[in-house]
Amino acid sequence: MRRKTSAPDWPGEIHRVLMSQRVRQVSYVPDAGHKRLIELCQADKGMVAVPLTTEEEGIGLAAGAWLGGERAALLMQSSGVGNCVNALTLAANCGFPLLMIVTLRGEWGEFNPWQIPMGQATPEVLRLGGVRTLRIERPEQALETVTAAARLAFDGYAAAAVLIAQRLIGTKSFGEKP
Amino acid sequence: MSGAALDRREVVRALLERRGDLLVVAGLGSSAWDCTAAGDHPLTFPLWGAMGSACMIGLGLALAQPRRRVLVVTGDGEMLMGLGSLATIAVQRPGNLAIVVLDNERYGETGMQKSHTAHGTDLAAVALACGFAKAEIVRGGAKLAALRSELHRGKGPLFYQVKVGRDAVPLVLPPRDGALLRQRFREALLGKRAAAQ
Repeated sequence: MRRKTSAPDWPGEIHRVLMSQRVRQVSYVPDAGHKRLIELCQADKGMVAVPLTTEEEGIGLAAGAWLGGERAALLMQSSGVGNCVNALTLAANCGFPLLMIVTLRGEWGEFNPWQIPMGQATPEVLRLGGVRTLRIERPEQALETVTAAARLAFDGYAAAAVLIAQRLIGTKSFGEKP
Repeated sequence: MSGAALDRREVVRALLERRGDLLVVAGLGSSAWDCTAAGDHPLTFPLWGAMGSACMIGLGLALAQPRRRVLVVTGDGEMLMGLGSLATIAVQRPGNLAIVVLDNERYGETGMQKSHTAHGTDLAAVALACGFAKAEIVRGGAKLAALRSELHRGKGPLFYQVKVGRDAVPLVLPPRDGALLRQRFREALLGKRAAAQ
């Protein structure tokens, strides 16, 4: 039996927010932390799941979707934020709504030193690019935080990113016991 | 190159003639000026930056508007910066999307430096290998009428690498205000819905 205090299924909550916000195009570069959310979006007949070769493609896709009257969301890990920087001019100059959901690496017990520079710089890089950031530390924050970010994007015509703490996803250890 | 090089302005004018319900995304630089020279239009979205994004904007638009035809007009340099988007587009297989690359084998806005296509990069072969329904290199004007017809009727995704000349052409600039370009496009396409969502 499930206890009332059990943690909410946060990827499921994020998917439900995307549904209720009428997000139709969901693009992504995969991340282990996004595995379940990607699967939920792929299985959702009301959504088009768009795998990208690099994250900035998703900024263009979201702009085109909005021109055509649809809403988009972009999923990535923090290393992909650096790839997006120049494309963010679309949001800044044209006022295209942008909803990014970013899983963080390089911040909580990171095993891979190569993830640390971009992971640590992610919130600042987004801010400098004109993207408002909101953060999820605990599963029960997912629903309200992604809803708030979606409103910033689609009602406020802003660029908004939800940062999902590495602590929430779990630290990747490549099979070594921490 | 067989025959005289195509004039980029004439190519774009021919392709956008009687454009019907065509939705157009124009890559930054000369391609955007060419589209503007053919007639500034609310349903043309010209880019002034975000180099490499033109084809992805076209994809988002094509997925959102499956009953409309979407045309991306861009240059070889802009296309080279977004080569991966050809693979991304091919995965989605949008039947209503066509890409025309005006290939002068040069970076025209920055001093006419040679681009990769001047050294033999075959963009059409890349598009075909990615899985485009049709991709070819176009040389000479004989095929332009058929190409224009394909943009309106052919089963996409379509890719045409049109070899054009390098003669300087007058600057014909579209509006620079991105918010204006976005909103006039949405109003022309969506009507009252443009404000509602």
